[in-house]
Parts: sequence; C-alpha cells; structure tokens
Amino acid sequence: MSLLSPVTRATLLKDIRLEWRSKDALNSMLFFSLLVVVIFSFSFDPNAEESRQIAPGLIWVAFLFSTVVALNQTWARELRNQALDAYRVSPASPNSLFLAKTLGNFLFVSVLEAVMAPLFVVFYNLRSLGPVWQLLLVGALGTYALVVNGTFFAALSLRTRMREIMLPVILFPISIPAIQAMVEATHVIFTGEGTIRFWVVLLLTYDVVFTTASLALFGLILNAE
Amino acid sequence: MTGTSNPAAIAVRGLVKQFGRFAALRGVDAEFAAGKFYVILGDNGAGKTTLLRSLAGLAQPNRGTVSILGQSPRQAARLIGYMAHPSLLYDEFTGLENLRYFAQLYGITSDEPCVSAIHAVGLDPALTRPVGQYSQGMRQRMSLARAILHDPQILFLDEPFSNVDVQSTRGMAELLRGVRDSGKTIFLVTHQAAVLEGIADEFVWMRSGLIVARTTTLTPAQENA
Repeated sequence: MSLLSPVTRATLLKDIRLEWRSKDALNSMLFFSLLVVVIFSFSFDPNAEESRQIAPGLIWVAFLFSTVVALNQTWARELRNQALDAYRVSPASPNSLFLAKTLGNFLFVSVLEAVMAPLFVVFYNLRSLGPVWQLLLVGALGTYALVVNGTFFAALSLRTRMREIMLPVILFPISIPAIQAMVEATHVIFTGEGTIRFWVVLLLTYDVVFTTASLALFGLILNAE
Repeated sequence: MTGTSNPAAIAVRGLVKQFGRFAALRGVDAEFAAGKFYVILGDNGAGKTTLLRSLAGLAQPNRGTVSILGQSPRQAARLIGYMAHPSLLYDEFTGLENLRYFAQLYGITSDEPCVSAIHAVGLDPALTRPVGQYSQGMRQRMSLARAILHDPQILFLDEPFSNVDVQSTRGMAELLRGVRDSGKTIFLVTHQAAVLEGIADEFVWMRSGLIVARTTTLTPAQENA
C-alpha cells in the first residue's frame, strides 16, 4: 500500500469499507455468477473432456458480466449524494481516484473469482491437465484487464441516461482481445496442450496500454459535464 | 460591477454557460471582494447555481474566465469550500468517517479539524449513526462541516438552509457570520435571504443568467434592474 499515494490509499480504503457495509457490488456479482453456473450446468451435461473445452469461455464470460455489475455499483455510490463533486472540488488528483477505483474493483472481482472458482470445478467436473498455478497469473492479468477498462468506461458512461446499458455496449467490444487471451490461456492450462506465453504477453501489453491511456484521459472524463 | 475597495477574491469576466441551446449564464461580469459575505438571489432558473458551480470549477464555462484569488478554480481548489444542495456525503459512513475521508483529500490526517468542524455546526462527532439515518437538517449541517473542515478562504454554499429548522438556520447563519468575520469570503445561494439580513454584506440579484443588481440591504432590486 505504501506505493500508493495517500489519496489513492484513502479512497481505496473508503471504497472497501463502503462495500463491506453495503455489500452492494459483491452480493449482485455473486448472485449473478451463481445463476450463470447453475443455469449452464442444467443446460449442459458435459464429461470431463467437454468441460475442459467449454469451461474457459463460460468462466470468463460469467466474470465479465459480473464485473459490469460491480463497475456500475462502485460509481453509482459516488453519484448518490453527488459525493463525486466533493472529490472534484478538492485538490486531489483525478488519477488517484481512478487508481483507487481500479484497485477496488480488482479486489472485489478477485474475491468473486475466489468464491466462484470452486463452484465451477464442482458443477462442471473440471480437472486441469496443465499447471494450475498458471491460472493465478492469467486470472490476475485478465481480471485487471477487465476492471481497468471497465472502471474507465463506467466513468465515461456515468452521466449518460442509460449508463447501465451503455457500459457493456462500450466495454465488451473493446475487451475482446483480453477475453480471447484469457479464454485461450485458460484452455491451454486446462488441456495441458501448448504454452500460455503468447497470451500472457498479450494480456500484459493490453494492461499496460489501457492503464496508460486511461490515466492520460481520466481527468477529462471526470470533469466532463 | 465592483464590490468594495478590498482586493477582489473572485473575478468573473464575460461568463457564458450553455446547456444545449439554453444559456444559463449570459455574459456575467463581476468582482467580489475578499472577506465579504455575498448572498445570491433570484428566481428559479436565474443562473444562481450554475454561477456557483462555475466559480467552484464544477461547471466549465463555454466562454469567459473565472479567477479565484488570481488563480483558476482548479488551481485554487485548496482555498475553496463547496456545499451543494445534495449532501455530497456517503450515507453508509458516520459524520466523522465522512469528514476523515474528505480531510485526506486535502492532505489532513489529523482528526482534530474534523472534530472542530462538526462541533462548529452544532453536531456531535461521537454520533455513531450513519449519515443516511440523519434528518435532512443534520445532513445539511454535516455537509457544511465538510465544506469548512480544511479552513478554506472562500466558501461557496448552495441552499445551505433548505429543510433546516428555524433555530438551526439561525445557528448556521451565526456560524457563517463568524467565518466571514475571520476574513473568509462567503458566496451563498438561498431563497431564505431574510435570515441573512444584517449579516450579509451584499445581496446579488440575478435574472435570466445575468447579475442585474447588487444591494447592501434586502430590498427589491427592480429599480436597478
């Protein structure tokens, strides 16, 4: 935490405490993910090999949709009493807010993934043939890719009339390279065929590019009317 | 339209603010002296809140300039305290927790200014109820505490007395008199100007996006309009 500026740290802790008290984002995400797991497990009855083929796509699509729920919630609480205006009139940097929101969302989605991963294993009878630890790397890079973009575009759609619709409309197309990398890398790990190196490099590049672009533009987004 | 011989705390030149085709401000020119208490009056839609938000740096003018103690509103953020009609607070936090967070945006890490600000508005910092359970009047007072906690040179207050009982309104008006007497500049929008008669230094009358008169007493401004 010492790497973070005092304002980023304060805002991140504030978001964690607010989420702990309200559980708005976590409850919505968990409920949504659980629905996806249960509904798809009723729809398919795959054997172990089929599970390894379909589960990577299923898992990441479920997490992508759940992330959107979290992203909407974390910005919605800033609009509730226009608390965001109190931040905007302060001397605090817009980028501190962006980093805090991104890290907060990363944390919330990671918690969701940690809770949901065992359920996916049980419901889909998943047995990985590759090194499971690599899932942690792909999961971390992929989750960050979703939340860094999502935090930025959720802020962009903040003042639009149909922001809950606008966010997926903007976010999903731009997340396609990251989703593809996450799905392919997870598939490689589950089947034990090939290497994840290319997909990890793609995810890393994606994360660096979008973090840089978001930090460069977030001030404009925050102060737009 | 200059105020007094005091140096200008706020200078506005040709300020135009449009929302689509509607011009909320239509070329406002004015100067406001330091250490004075200004009350902005006018009908709904006269441009009072838009002027206040422009001065606080929350609304970007289409044309014209705003100077706060010789700086742009953004540069002068540390010198500005802003209170809006909504509370700008987090409902899930207690008053003290809210102020602790906002204090950190100004680099304040001690509890002392937060506790002092809460005492100053007549509330108890030990209240454990979250702000969401406060009455509207208590919320307004806590919002004022948030605006003054970093000891700003200029206070922008939008309808601070709305939904506040008569006794509390008088208390807040006296508090603001003390703030002004300590050399701070106050810029306050209200429909309850009578309570500020004898406290405010100047009443600024707005109509259709323009300042049409400035009076030292709360008298009808038609002859000046």
